[in-house]
Parts: sequence; structure tokens; C-alpha cells
Amino acid sequence: YFQISLQCAVNGVPCRGKVLTVDNMNPNVKRVEYAVRGPIVQRAVQIEKELREGVKKPFTEVIKANIGDAHAMGQKPITFLRQVLALCSYPELLEDNKFPEDAKKRAQRILGACGGHSIGAYSASQGIECVRQDVARYIEKRDGGIPSNPDNIYLSTGASDAIVTMLKLLVCGEGRDRTGVMISIPQYPLYSAALADLGAVQISYYLDEEKCWSLDVAELRRALNAARQHCNPRVLCIINPGNPTGQVQSRQCIEDVIRFAKEEHLFLMADEVYQDNVYAEGCKFHSFKKVLFEMGPEYSSTVEMASFHSTSKCYMGECGFRGGYMEVINMDPEVKTQLTKLVSVRLCPPVPGQALLDLVVNPPQPDEPSYITFMKERTAVLSALAEKARLTEQTFNAVPGITCNPVQGAMYTFPRITLPEKAIDKAKEEGKVPDMYYCMRLLEEEGICLVPGSGFGQREGTFHFRMTILPPTEKLKVVLQKIRDFHVRFTQEFS
Amino acid sequence: MNHGTALLWKRRALSSLSATRRGLPKEKMTENGMMSRAKVLTIDTINPTVKKVEYAVRGPIVQRAVELERELSQGMKKPFAEVIKANIGDAHAMGQQPITFFRQVLALCSYPELLSDNTFPEDAKSRACRILQSCGGHSMGAYSASQGIDSVREDVARYIERRDGGVPCDPDDIYLTTGASDGIVTMLKLLVCGEGASRTGVMISIPQYPLYSAALAELGAVQINYYLNEEKCWSLDIPELQRALDEARQYCNPRALCIINPGNPTGQVQSRKCIEDVIQFAAKERLFLMADEVYQDNVYADGCQFHSFKKVLFEMGPEYSDTVELASFHSTSKCYMGECGFRGGYMELINMDDEVKAQLTKLVSVRLCPPVPGQALMDLVVNPPQPGEPSYDNFIKERTATLSALAEKAKLTEQVLNTVQGISCNPVQGAMYSFPRITIPEKAVKEATEKGQQPDMFYCMKMLEETGICLVPGSGFGQKDGTYHFRMTILPPSDKLKILLDKVKEFHQKFTQQYS
Repeated sequence: YFQISLQCAVNGVPCRGKVLTVDNMNPNVKRVEYAVRGPIVQRAVQIEKELREGVKKPFTEVIKANIGDAHAMGQKPITFLRQVLALCSYPELLEDNKFPEDAKKRAQRILGACGGHSIGAYSASQGIECVRQDVARYIEKRDGGIPSNPDNIYLSTGASDAIVTMLKLLVCGEGRDRTGVMISIPQYPLYSAALADLGAVQISYYLDEEKCWSLDVAELRRALNAARQHCNPRVLCIINPGNPTGQVQSRQCIEDVIRFAKEEHLFLMADEVYQDNVYAEGCKFHSFKKVLFEMGPEYSSTVEMASFHSTSKCYMGECGFRGGYMEVINMDPEVKTQLTKLVSVRLCPPVPGQALLDLVVNPPQPDEPSYITFMKERTAVLSALAEKARLTEQTFNAVPGITCNPVQGAMYTFPRITLPEKAIDKAKEEGKVPDMYYCMRLLEEEGICLVPGSGFGQREGTFHFRMTILPPTEKLKVVLQKIRDFHVRFTQEFS
Repeated sequence: MNHGTALLWKRRALSSLSATRRGLPKEKMTENGMMSRAKVLTIDTINPTVKKVEYAVRGPIVQRAVELERELSQGMKKPFAEVIKANIGDAHAMGQQPITFFRQVLALCSYPELLSDNTFPEDAKSRACRILQSCGGHSMGAYSASQGIDSVREDVARYIERRDGGVPCDPDDIYLTTGASDGIVTMLKLLVCGEGASRTGVMISIPQYPLYSAALAELGAVQINYYLNEEKCWSLDIPELQRALDEARQYCNPRALCIINPGNPTGQVQSRKCIEDVIQFAAKERLFLMADEVYQDNVYADGCQFHSFKKVLFEMGPEYSDTVELASFHSTSKCYMGECGFRGGYMELINMDDEVKAQLTKLVSVRLCPPVPGQALMDLVVNPPQPGEPSYDNFIKERTATLSALAEKAKLTEQVLNTVQGISCNPVQGAMYSFPRITIPEKAVKEATEKGQQPDMFYCMKMLEETGICLVPGSGFGQKDGTYHFRMTILPPSDKLKILLDKVKEFHQKFTQQYS
């Protein structure tokens, strides 16, 4: 050690302590927060460990209603999808009579498009060509025939990967010219985390809680004008159906946003991963691309847009496969070349996820053997979610001190909670944000893990939590009841 | 004027007025009378560091190769019947077969109904059950913990302990990743800070695997080149490390040292002494060590052996093993598995500061988790069939066949290329590539320069157009000024490789003749 320290002294290199410390690490990384897997979840995991070790608790299990992970909450995979994946993994099974012909055909098509006919080969960096073609056809079908060019499709490692890649491309400038990115408040904290990591400026626009979390162009304008004084706003992000808020934007709203983006020269990022998760009567998913094209060439040939989809949500819930894509519209060809180059460095997205995506966009058709079961399973999942969305809203709205907007879509509820003054004071004493204090208490007393609204953003002085609607209906009823009881108790305690 | 009109006028006025004030690009009238405006996102307004990124392994020559493939499939006549993509370390694409056991388990994990199927051996079923039990809802479709499935990390730790002769490994120091590339980029991201003369500098070998240079360009870190010694079989030389470091200290803050062993593209397997020297150097100069060991099973040459950095570190005693900060990387893409498409990998962190570790854990949580099929695969790689288990014999047979085929092809490649006048090839001691040095005639260098091409790119492009063989020019990896190389994989099946090598030989002779 003496030798080393002597040498350090000679070099003028600091000798004490590690090479890599919190003080000399990348400062942007320190600014990153991701509440969905943040401190409350770490505590939940700890409690699970304690339970396994036999520590006595007021509950027998921790219910992780913090994350949009359907399978973890008991939702079953779609049979057809898993059959094809098994066939792709171990093609010897193509001889097996147990597998339906349509599954075999899909598997053969996918394998035929893979190097050496193996899902173990790298694919093209933009994704397997025939999968991108299938994605383009899916988009065309979905959008009533509006053309989609497979060359504008980039497969990705979940939607998160593509979102981060796009943001990375967009961020430049220094000081007052630094790129600003508009994101909704509340938002899915991947966005705020990515902006912190990239050192971009976050421009918050507030969704209107009184109006079912709708988007107000006047509010967009306010946020943008304020931001123009200290940064260079270039991007507008919108999540529809919304996370955490669950609202499904009206067609008029989507038109307004597109118009706003054009007027204000903003790149539009439309996160549409919950596009199949629409429950409320009178609500409908309108794809940004479809609306864009229906607004005519003045818009459809000018507005630059990226829309994102994933295999993690909807009726599939295949989070672990990390499947996803983005479609880029009106992207400058030179920029596209840069994008293609950028994604090549990571070689390719996971091929099993690409295969899965292929099945999602190319599911069993009415004349195929697997169709009936497929539709049955899909319908069961989506209708269960719709039922749970309604149940959640009803239950919460019956609790004094909790107000819950309708869960029109997605997988979450984001109710507003009234916290007594004394509770807020107590939280401050403990150095905690009030809704974090509330959620921590709920976790310790009931074993239910939610994410405090502060993790997503909310208007000053308001408090919320995000809870998934994913547990099976019977369990969800119990969870809702426990939260209700907890809230009453909590309010009482701090009255 | 009614309210509506007033509003409209106001909006238009605001819109055009503030457009200029806001510095938005002016609208211009185009030839056809349409109003047009520059795009929001252009080559001039894109993230500047992205423009600096290059990745030769899938760069311009590969794009041309893909174009040629398309032309061939459309019936265009070429001097060759197929394009051979010897540019990328993709074993399965070149015909290598997957390991049966792995794929059986993966199928079982994908579709657990198969657990009742008699065609699957018991050991495959029990591995699958173990993996599924560790998954949320017993499904591979659930997100895993962001650091990776617990039981897989435990298995990785045990694998490392066995490999390193018992040196302890804590599963908590293991992070599963989306291929090794993901872990490498994440570590580099953590390390980069500072401005100007205190900007983080990272030492990388020349030649190097261009993920490193690409990541450093993207992060805006300073790349510090240290040259491997071609005369000495691409060995690493401490005085050269010292030279590079001392020079770099003048304009940046060197903090990390990256080494790839076995090497890519160079294929050398560093001696144990060399690894000790590097560790000592890192300790003395206070550098974070990054050891890319993805080819650890790909060792062919007699007298060569893989020495894990961690093992050597610990055998050097607590003065080093308690202090040197090290990250080592492994992957499911290489070795005998070749499962590139699954994007499986891990990194082990040694002596990382606790607070930094907490930051790392937080950072990886934003991307939720690495692909679960890749995690499952990694589990099998570190926990393969054991003697006595039903799948053992077959597994060993397949593994041995793959590795010995690679060893044979490594030898063949070196031999054939060394018979060519103007090509000299160091022994391919390990990994999956040969990186021979080529002599390019002056006239060819001149023509290349006139065309604005690197001479070895010019050479490789010609080879591609004339023979359909796609290699990557040495300029994509880095090389000493005035020298030229190409990287070729040794992955095609032996008989195809023979033909390939003969064609390369033929081309080189023709090329040299043409430009004499």
C-alpha cells in the first residue's frame, strides 16, 4: 500500500478513497429517480424477506400493486403466443402433434427470417425485416388503411428503449439553448428519469384533474411560453391512454395537440403502449398517426412524430420479453441514418421479444385453428381489466377523503387523497413527502405496496397514489377494502 | 368583429410574431407554392455526440453487403452466388447449432404445459421449474428484479467461485444485463463526469471492439488509446500503458482502463503475468478496471489459458483485492453457446463503493429489467448439466464439438493467411476472429485516398464486390498509423471457411497485382 500511496503522491492523484465515488460519478445519474421501483418498493422487498424469515407482521403477504406487471399478479399468458415461442426456441417441437398448425406456421416464418434459422442469431439492428413488415401491416389495419412503411419501424427492447433513444437524439444545446421536453404531470417517471440522465430540461404541463385528467391546450401554451425563457423547447410527450392517470384522450384533444405541435414546431412523442386497454363507455383509442393523417397533408406531411408500442401491456402482459417498437413519421432522412447507426451499436433488440411482437401484430385469424381460444383468452383478460377498473373507481369514490377519476384505460388508478394537516406535519418531521409517508404506513400496516403520487408529479398541495388494477378480482376487492379501512384509520389518527 | 374572429386574428398574430421572436425557423415559400419550414429534428439540431458515434461492425461495408444480398435475391448477376457475412461474431448465423439442453429448457419455460411431455429429460424440466418458480406469477413474462432474478444471480456467483478456484463471490455484486454491451455502457456512464481538462478519460486498447469508442463518443468522454503490440502477438505492454496515461493526463482526467481478454479483434489470450501487471498498474494509477471477458471459453492455442481478472486480483493478496475497483463482463453471445439474439449477460462488481452501487441499482431500475429469456439462458450457462444428469453426455459432446471446431478453424485461418504474400496473421489464440495485417500497394492507397476512403475500407469494399465476402476493415477497430488490417470471423463451417480463405488469398494476390 505504501508503494501505491507514494506513487499517488507523485502523480498528484488523490490517494484516499475509491476511484469511483458519489462525488466524482456522473452527476446526471444522481439526479435520476424512478419511483415505480424506488424506496417504497425496496422496503416492500425487505418486508417480503422478513416474512420469509418468519418475522411476524400484521399480514401474510406483500401485495405489489406498484408496477404494471400483469403476469406477476396472476394473469395468464396467451396460449398461442407461448406455443409459437416454444416452437421457435426448440424447433424439434415442429414434429410434435400437440401444436396447432397455425402456431407451427408462424414459428417457421419467424425462424426463416432469422440467421441460421435460429433465434440465437443477432437480427438486423432495426429488427427482423419480416416482423417490421408485419408491424407496418398491423398499423395500416389499425389506422383504417393509412400507409405505414416498414422502413419507419424500429423494433426495440421494450418501448422504454425507443423512448430513450428518441430523447437522446433530440437533446442538444447549452444553457438557454438546452433542449426542453414537455411532459405531462402526472407522468410515467421513465420520462423524467431519461431527461435527468440526458441533462435535458423538463417542461411540465399539468393534466386537469377536475376534468378527468384531460389535456388543455391553454395549459400546454402556458408551460411552453414560460419554458421558452430558459430553454429551447423541441419536444412534446403524451401518453395515451395515460399512465398513471388512465384517461383516454378524445379525438378533439388529439387534433388540438397535433395542431399545437405544428404551430410551436415541436417533435411529437406519442406513447401508446396501452392502446388495447380502453374500458370506459364512450371512450375510444385514437392513434396519433391516424388523426394526423386525417387532418390532411398540411399536417401529415410536416409534423414529426414517433409513436411507441410494447408487448408488456394490453392483453399480453409479456413484460419480461422486452418487446416493443416505434414508428417514426416525417423524420429527416439524415437523422434517420443517424438513428439507424445509433441502434446498431447495441446490435439488436432481444429476438424472443421480436418474435413475440410479430405474433401480437399478426395474431390468429378467424379461419385459423387457434383463433377461438385466442379470442376467448384475449377477451377474458380485457373484460376482467374493465371490470376491475370499474370496481376500483366505485370503491374508492365511496371513501371519504379519496376521490377517484374514472379509470378509462391503461392499468392504474391515481386517486387523490386528502391528508390531515397533522399527518402532513408528521411526514415533514420524518423528512418524508406526505404521500410517501402515507404509502409507507400502508405498506407497514397492510403489506400493500403502492407508489406515492409524488413519484409521478402532481399539483402542489395535492396528494395521490398509483395503484395497479391487476390483482385478480377477488384479491383486488380485499386490497381495496384494506386501503379503505387504512384511510379511515389514518384520517382518524391524525384528526 | 366577433369574438371568434378576434381570437383567430390574435392567435395568428401571436403565432407569427412570436415565431420570429422565439427564433423558430422562418416559413419559406417553396417552388410549388407550399409553405415549408425546416424540420424540428435535423442533422444540425441533433445531439452532436450521436454524430460522433461509429460502429464499424455494422457500418457502411455491412450496409453494402445487405444491398448486394438484396440484389442477388432479385436475380442480379454477380461474380459470386452468396454474400458471406464474416463481419460479425454471430455463430448461429454461420450455421453453428444451439446447445440442445438450453433450448429444451427455454421451450419448457416458454410453454410450461410441456412439463408433462415425455420427450423432455428430467434435468431440463427441473431447471425450468426452478427458473419459473423465481419468476413473478411463475411466468417468464413477468418483469424480474432490476438487478436480475435472484436465483440466477446466485447461480452466477457459484459459477464464478468454481471458475476462480473458490474465491468468494457475493450474488449482490452481480448485475444481469441485456448482453455484456449493456453492462459496459452502464459502467462507462457512471464513470463519466467533469469538464474540459478534468473530463473523464478512459483507456482502451488499439485495436478495440468498437462498442467502446462508440460509447465514449456518445458519452462525450475522452478516449485514451494504448497500443497492443502486434510484433509480440498483440500483447499488452505496461510502458505503453504508462505512455498513453501520462500523455492523457495533460488534457483529461483518466479514471478507467478497459481490457478485452481474450481479445477482440486481435484474439490474443493475455498471460497471467500480464494480467498481474495490469492490475498493479490500475492500482498504482488509481484506475477503475473494466475486464471484458466474454470470450472466456474461447481459448485455443497450446500454452494459453484464460485467467480471470478477479482470480488474479485475489491471488495478489489483500493489498490489491481489497482496493482495486473492478467490473468484469460476461455474455451468452459467445463461447460455445453463441446465443447472441437472447441478449443475455452479467457484470460482477468488485470493491465498488456502496453509495455508487446504490446509484447503479437505481439507474438500472429505470429500464425495469433485462430480458427474462436471456436471464434464463444465463442461468443454464452457469449451471449446465452435471455428470450423472441425463443431459450431461450430450451436452458435453455438443460443447466439445463446437469448441474444437473453433480451435481447428483458428489454426486453419492462421495457417492459410500466413501463406499469402502480403498478409501476416498472428496466431488466433482465442475469441472468434483473425485480424491479419495486410500490405496495401502505394497505388491502391493513393486511389483510396482520392476516393476519400480509408485504404483498408477500399480493400474490403473491393473484396466484397468481387467475392461477396464481407469483412470489417481494421480502421474500424483502430490500428497503428500506416498499417492496415481486416477482421474476419472464424465462424463459417470448416469447409466453407476453407473456400473463404482461398478466395481471400486469391483476391489479395489479384489486388496486389492490379495495383503493382
